[in-house]
Amino acid sequence: MSTNNEWPLWEVFLRTKKGLNHKHVGSIHAADEEMAIENARDVYTRRNEGISIWVVESSHIHASSPSEQESLFDAANDKVYRHPTFYNIPDEVGHI
Amino acid sequence: MGEISLEEKFQNTIDKESKIEPKDWMPDGYRKNLIRQISQHAHSEIIGMLPEGNWITRAPSLMRKVSLLAKVQDEAGHGLYLYSAMETLGLSRDESLEQLITGKAKYSSIFNYPTISWADIGAIGWLVDGAAIVNQVALQRTSYGPYARAMVKICKEESFHQRQGFEIMTNLAKGTKEQKEMAQNALNRFWWPSLMMFGPSDKDSTHSDQSLKWKIKRMTNDELRQEFVNKTIPQVEFLGLTVPDPDLKLNKKTGQYEFGAINWEEFYNVIKGRGPCNKERIAARTKAQKEGEWVKAAAKAYSAKKINRRNTKAA
Ligand SMILES: [Fe+2]
Ligand SMILES: [Fe+2]
Repeated sequence: MSTNNEWPLWEVFLRTKKGLNHKHVGSIHAADEEMAIENARDVYTRRNEGISIWVVESSHIHASSPSEQESLFDAANDKVYRHPTFYNIPDEVGHI
Repeated sequence: MGEISLEEKFQNTIDKESKIEPKDWMPDGYRKNLIRQISQHAHSEIIGMLPEGNWITRAPSLMRKVSLLAKVQDEAGHGLYLYSAMETLGLSRDESLEQLITGKAKYSSIFNYPTISWADIGAIGWLVDGAAIVNQVALQRTSYGPYARAMVKICKEESFHQRQGFEIMTNLAKGTKEQKEMAQNALNRFWWPSLMMFGPSDKDSTHSDQSLKWKIKRMTNDELRQEFVNKTIPQVEFLGLTVPDPDLKLNKKTGQYEFGAINWEEFYNVIKGRGPCNKERIAARTKAQKEGEWVKAAAKAYSAKKINRRNTKAA
């Protein structure tokens, strides 16, 4: 049986309710974007898990690589002054 | 201090209960082991639809029919969550389905037993989904991120499956004499195969040690099996039924139910393709794949045409 009829892979993002952002929930196969939304609805929202669906063809996603983790994210570690707890506020001032 | 190897770093991540994600470095064996386990799990969800699907058109009431239909549809969803987790490891969906019909990949032996009465649908929801839940709850803590997330989603949906099965069993067990006999008969046939679902005994399990070290599995087959028996026997008693095991008894000291020897010869026979329904199940999958091929080709061609039209319009 041939495998060249395989439909492309799509990543599925759901907004669970108004006011929240779309969140990645998994992926599905579909021939085009319309079918991707229909399939995502059947597979990922059988119990009101979402009110809005985004689908993105997986091949269009660019991701950082785990090997870059240090160079990308460790630089933030020594910037403690970006956090509110770095600053001393006298007790008598109360909550700021 | 020498530099630590990729393998050590990988094991450290796992020992810290942190997850492995698709693009992280992983040993080949870990990847292979996971592909085997996740695809086997996905195939079980898909094949598992067949014995239950057998009763959708013959359910005794409209309510039972919609429940069963919803349950079977969930199982399709479970298969799809799992295939997508598996694909992050590099095996394509089509290849994996091909391995199912050629017999290279396995699925749970329980689905090679027939569903000959309506009570079997109750027994499956109660026992087979019950056993699956014990297994899947433990797997929510598996070390591979996509697999663990699929398990969390699946576990949320399973509880309805087991409850609808138990309700069917309750109604039959508390019904007429004939209905109670049907329930007992289904329990007799599904009890031992349900215990076999947890796989070979720890002393004979080939993948166990490495899987536990890598935290692909979080509990051994025998531990899971024992947990299932402990949970289920009080339910059997509630129904006023008995399990087909003369050796079953509660050990008052340990609080555990001790049960008789499992017929492993039967288990290996069914795994090797000699169960009552192996041929039928694979034939159904092969037919679905063959007859669905033109639909896949047509949809793909239609999509290509649409993209083409869009591009010429834009030009
Ligand atoms: Fe399932
Ligand atoms: Fe289920």
